[in-house]
Amino acid sequence: MIETFELTKHFDNFVAVQDVSLSVRTGEVLALLGPNGAGKTTTVRMLTSILAPTAGTARVAGFDVVRQPEEVRAHVGVLTEGHGLYLRMRGREYLDFFGELYGLDRAARQQHGTQLAGRFGLADALDRRLGEYSKGMRQKLALVRAMLHDPPVLMLDEPTSAMDPHSARQVRNAIRDLRGDGRTILLCTHNLPEAEELADRIAIIRQGKIIALGTPADLKTRLLGPPLLELRLAGAVNGVAHDLSDLVEIESQGPTWLRYRTPAPEAINPQVIYRLAALGVEVVTLSEVPQSLEDVYLRVVGEEERV
Amino acid sequence: MATLAPSVQQTGTGLPRWLALAHWNVSRALIVTRREVLDMFRDWRIVAPTIVLTVIFPYIANWGAGRMLSFVERFGASLIGDRLIPFLLMVVGFFPISFSLIIALETFVGEKERRSLEPLLATPLTNTQLYIGKTLSSTIPPLMGSLLGVTVYLVGVYRNLEWVPSATLLLQIILLNLIQALVMVAAAVVVSSQTTSVRAANLLASFIIIPMAFLIQAEALIMFWANYTVLWLIIVGLVVVMILLVRMGIRIFNREELIGGEIDELNLLGALRQWLALTLARHGEGPRRSAWQWYRQEVLAVVGRMWSAMGVLSLAMVVAYFIGLRYADVYRIPTELFRTEDWFARFQLTMEQAGLTNLRGVLWVLSQNTRVLAVASLLAVFSFGVLAIMLLMVPLGLVGYLNAHILIAGMDPMLAWAALFPHGMIEIPAALLAGAAAVRLGATVISPPPGKTVGEAWMEALADATRLWFAAVLPLLLVAAVAEIYVTPWLVGLVAGGR
Repeated sequence: MIETFELTKHFDNFVAVQDVSLSVRTGEVLALLGPNGAGKTTTVRMLTSILAPTAGTARVAGFDVVRQPEEVRAHVGVLTEGHGLYLRMRGREYLDFFGELYGLDRAARQQHGTQLAGRFGLADALDRRLGEYSKGMRQKLALVRAMLHDPPVLMLDEPTSAMDPHSARQVRNAIRDLRGDGRTILLCTHNLPEAEELADRIAIIRQGKIIALGTPADLKTRLLGPPLLELRLAGAVNGVAHDLSDLVEIESQGPTWLRYRTPAPEAINPQVIYRLAALGVEVVTLSEVPQSLEDVYLRVVGEEERV
Repeated sequence: MATLAPSVQQTGTGLPRWLALAHWNVSRALIVTRREVLDMFRDWRIVAPTIVLTVIFPYIANWGAGRMLSFVERFGASLIGDRLIPFLLMVVGFFPISFSLIIALETFVGEKERRSLEPLLATPLTNTQLYIGKTLSSTIPPLMGSLLGVTVYLVGVYRNLEWVPSATLLLQIILLNLIQALVMVAAAVVVSSQTTSVRAANLLASFIIIPMAFLIQAEALIMFWANYTVLWLIIVGLVVVMILLVRMGIRIFNREELIGGEIDELNLLGALRQWLALTLARHGEGPRRSAWQWYRQEVLAVVGRMWSAMGVLSLAMVVAYFIGLRYADVYRIPTELFRTEDWFARFQLTMEQAGLTNLRGVLWVLSQNTRVLAVASLLAVFSFGVLAIMLLMVPLGLVGYLNAHILIAGMDPMLAWAALFPHGMIEIPAALLAGAAAVRLGATVISPPPGKTVGEAWMEALADATRLWFAAVLPLLLVAAVAEIYVTPWLVGLVAGGR
């Protein structure tokens, strides 16, 4: 549903996006992560035919972003970085305006608008002016605007920013439902737990280039290495590391715990337990240390891993 | 799902495709227009002054006209009063129009500052639909205000003074206000779509306000002069300007620059470097070129790119020549001034006394011609090339005028050719080249080549013009100056029998 091949964008002497090649299937959620200025917004703008690429090609919903810009925009719903609402308009009017721009007839505009607004708890606020809305309400209305014309592709830039936890949960549920409906979603976010929760795959972009692409599990394995296991003992560690040195390489240790990595935990862990039991060392727990997407992200964009 | 342009079959209207498409474009544009007009009337900062200008000010103008009329009549100067009333009709109609400039300046760049532009750009609206929608939204409310103001004024003037304008005058005033509004809006929308802040747009508004202010003063003079026919010429001229500005606006409308942030940055050094690089036209890669190869590829090729500008200018020069011939009948120089013996002797004496029979003369002619062509180039930048064409028509008009007088005086027609040919056959092509380059500089702003921004296209046109000047125009002007000082007088003397 979204295909890019060596998509590149130059602004004068500055390379904003370079050789970005992505393929997002129908019904897939791809999260685009990256530091500020990495090229996420520029990529989204090229995919919505607002900016023309300097080089490379892209097709969205089967349409070429350069040769068929109106068709692309008709099949894409965009939640932009700034919500961009007209503050003197009422909510209902605002949705009616954009629905008309997207070619919906009056009945469809009213029905979709009311339905979507209700889904996000905005039904009672539709007759109020947008200037009276809170930040979270504005963000939700902008999301409703993006979904109004039932597009097969959604590009969401920070969809849950400025939202309280309840509202953010509503939005995430909506995104899951959309994926279930077969929508394709490109999600730009700094919220790593959200990306991990929602995305089928994650692309990390830095200085305009995709530097990592894969499922969260793939990325963790590929970039962080084998699983990290923590062994907690009832007593002090005292020489246990040496006793296990032929089985595992201890990565770090504390007064009563050890951590090690192994590519084959199913084979190695029982041996470790057995060896400690034979030595009379009491084991409290042996568990995997959760490795977060944040660890992946920080490793990939060049900062130190936090353990 | 969003719908796009319908085919003729889908419209079911049976209209020709171009008409169906135009109808569809306008209906889409009106969606934007409707929203913006409604939004405007929710802003008290627009509504309050509009009410003042459309209701209160015409009433005051009406009251003032009545008082002025009775005052001047006491001194037998009723003519002033008679001319004042139609003049105030024009003023009352124009003041609400002035608001269109402010609304239009803000229309794109204001949305950009409020970050509401990108969602609009992300819809299936085409550039043309968006542009037309915003232009109409900036024009309709002020026009409505203008008509309302004119109506209030006319009702008051009729009730108090029993004055009714002629249908022609009323039509002229309404058309003038309409076209002036459209010109200001079209220019303001161009400015708004090319700047990145409301502040920058307001500063650039001076380029719109000042010419309009001069125009209004000229119209005021015309109103007091009561030669209302001239107003039709102004209307026609403004229509042409409006069409050029709208075309320019649509052509250079660029979504990318609208949401970019770098347009307002002034980098003179960078611009100078770019101009130098483009002018020298060095290509880093590829084999080294000889001087002739460079000349052929970078100078003669420029001439090829200017063929349309050269065509227009050539036509204008020919027309100017014939206008000169025609006006020789209207504005006659006394024939006795063309007595050949005295004329040639006086001419030689004048030239000698001015020191123009030697190298100094060559330099003077060269500097004069260079200055004229340079001024034409400068004027072209600010007038889409129009003033450059007009300026270069003047000498050819004069040539036609003088040639006609030579014939009227019964002199040898060869004299006209002798006085023109030796230097003219070099000077006119030089003027044509420089003039065409100037026209291209001005016209590039209206219609840059596809795929290039206005700045890029203009810089390339400037570099081409620079190369052409140094590699062709100046050398030709130098040779022409030598011919004009040393060859032409000799040939004229030969034909006239003075030597």
